[in-house]
Amino acid sequence: MNSAAFIVTAIITVAAALAAATLRNLMHAALSFAAAFVGIAALFFLLGAEFVGLALVFIYVGAVAVLVVFTILLTRRDVGKDRGFNWGGAIVAVAVFGSLTWSILKTQSLAIGAPHIAMLTVKRIGAALMTAYVWPLQCVGILLTAALIGALILVMEERR
Amino acid sequence: MTPTLQVFLIISAALFSIGLLAVLSRRHAIFILIGIEIMLAAANLNFIAFWRFGPHPQPPTGIMIALFSIAIAAAEAAVGLAMVIAVYRHYRTTNVDQYDQLKG
Amino acid sequence: MSKSIDQVFLNAKQWLLSWLTGLPTWMVQVASSLINIFALLAVFLTLFALISVLERKILARMQNRYGPNRVGPFGLFQPIADGIKMLIKEDIVPMRADKVVHFLAPILIAAVAILTLGVIPYGRNMTPFTIDGGILFFFAVGSTTELAVFMAGWGSNNKYSMLGAMRAIAQMISYELPLIISVLPVVMVVGSLAPDRIVAAQAEYTFGLVPRWFVFTPWGAAAFILFFVSGLVESNRTPFDVPEGESEIVAGHMTEYSGFKYATFFMAEYLGMFAISGLGITLFLGGWHAPLRALGFVPSYVWFFAKLSVLLFVYIWIRGTLPRMRIDQIMNFAWKFMLPMAFTCIIAAAVWHYAGRGLRGWLWSLFVIAIVYTVLSMLLDTKRKFAPRVYRFAE
Repeated sequence: MNSAAFIVTAIITVAAALAAATLRNLMHAALSFAAAFVGIAALFFLLGAEFVGLALVFIYVGAVAVLVVFTILLTRRDVGKDRGFNWGGAIVAVAVFGSLTWSILKTQSLAIGAPHIAMLTVKRIGAALMTAYVWPLQCVGILLTAALIGALILVMEERR
Repeated sequence: MTPTLQVFLIISAALFSIGLLAVLSRRHAIFILIGIEIMLAAANLNFIAFWRFGPHPQPPTGIMIALFSIAIAAAEAAVGLAMVIAVYRHYRTTNVDQYDQLKG
Repeated sequence: MSKSIDQVFLNAKQWLLSWLTGLPTWMVQVASSLINIFALLAVFLTLFALISVLERKILARMQNRYGPNRVGPFGLFQPIADGIKMLIKEDIVPMRADKVVHFLAPILIAAVAILTLGVIPYGRNMTPFTIDGGILFFFAVGSTTELAVFMAGWGSNNKYSMLGAMRAIAQMISYELPLIISVLPVVMVVGSLAPDRIVAAQAEYTFGLVPRWFVFTPWGAAAFILFFVSGLVESNRTPFDVPEGESEIVAGHMTEYSGFKYATFFMAEYLGMFAISGLGITLFLGGWHAPLRALGFVPSYVWFFAKLSVLLFVYIWIRGTLPRMRIDQIMNFAWKFMLPMAFTCIIAAAVWHYAGRGLRGWLWSLFVIAIVYTVLSMLLDTKRKFAPRVYRFAE
């Protein structure tokens, strides 16, 4: 049961990410980007981190994907086909994947099953955020405000 | 086959290489940003997998790192896309091969 | 006796599952989930059919005419006629449209609307799927609607659809912020994101008479109004139905859809309305609790659907009464008024909690909200003078 769901989710995620990286049609690639993130969120659910999975769907599919499609709309002269594909990049990517997989499979200490843990409730995440991680939380708040103002200034047309 | 840690790490490595593929091979500025986002998501998956399969998964350190990483990646995506629009207004194209002059 | 009527659906499901005791655990779990899903779909699709005809009749009565009254007793079988009409229409897809995106958009919108219905508690122990971050699930899945609306607008390869989709997305994103921030005071006060715990936190009655629902506190009332208005916008209902146009851009992002796909959009809008109303009831109106302790013998799901009916009636009432707002008025309203008021509700809830949750807390939080409301109204005054009406006739 667990493994069937896991296999299906993993295949869908990797396929959608591959589609996002290689499709010619811009809109289809952007939408499969959103689908890949839904798949990654499902993997997070399987790992027991539901809050992070939901935050991922909320932020990426609900906001970043919409930003990406809007930007594609605003920056096209023709009906969006991407020209040019650099095959050297594919060789590098395959080489990186090969070396990572080889090193993972070689390390014997990583072949372990999942220990049984108590379910991570949102209350514990909230408690940790407010006690041990309160300074990073404030810093991320300032960072997001700065990003918001910066993005607005970059895109605003100057009034002549 | 119950998924072991190695399987999750291999999936995360696959996603990372796909993101790397998008960054290195695509010529459209927005898709380079998409590739960066996929790489960040693969790294988050790595963190969560290690948190889950680790010996003491009681303190939610992996979760915290992943949460902050998602927030920062979202901010970076927003600013990056704004920059793509700003550069497009000047160069009238999104093909990164044509961004070859420093003079504005 | 009343307890067994209350739990009758749960007992029926247990009886159905008892036929499957020999099978492995995962099959029983899948069967249990499937029973939940079918029950949910059956109830809400029937409710959708009923509301589609009741809305037309109520709107008609408000406009001093009868609604549909030919098909069946009092016109109540009208949805059957509508359904048959939608199903036998020709499915037209524009030639230059992007076929995959055009096909997937209504499916995605309807799927999202149905998913959000799954985390709302409909009665005692009657939540279809209990997730610890249930409220976050609701909003995360609900925010996927924007992407689906964009797919609909772009997939039609039509300038007006695209324009309608852009306006719809701008409106929905602007109002997502007040929607979520107005939910934050409730989550803060209860201390949990699970809808079951939020309903359980509204269980007591002061003096056995007044229920302790969050809507009876000042921050709760303000947050409920903000939530309700944002729900109106998220479902693209009048007075915020600029995306649907009907006299401006034909049907906005739904222009190029015919027959069953248009019915799917229609269904998704109504199911979204049900989901937002259901969430509002869970968060502010006490969920499935009875308004008086003495009335506790009535089953819990009856109370839930009664409150849902009241909220839906208010939706239809507002549709029949108010004219459509302009898109810039809508955006101004969201960013300049609703967002500051939503933040004020959080502060008022904190004040209420720290001043003791009693009468003192009530009065202090009311004071905070009143001050901010007055200041905002004075700042946002458009200084338009009202003059006596001038009648001009053709000479």
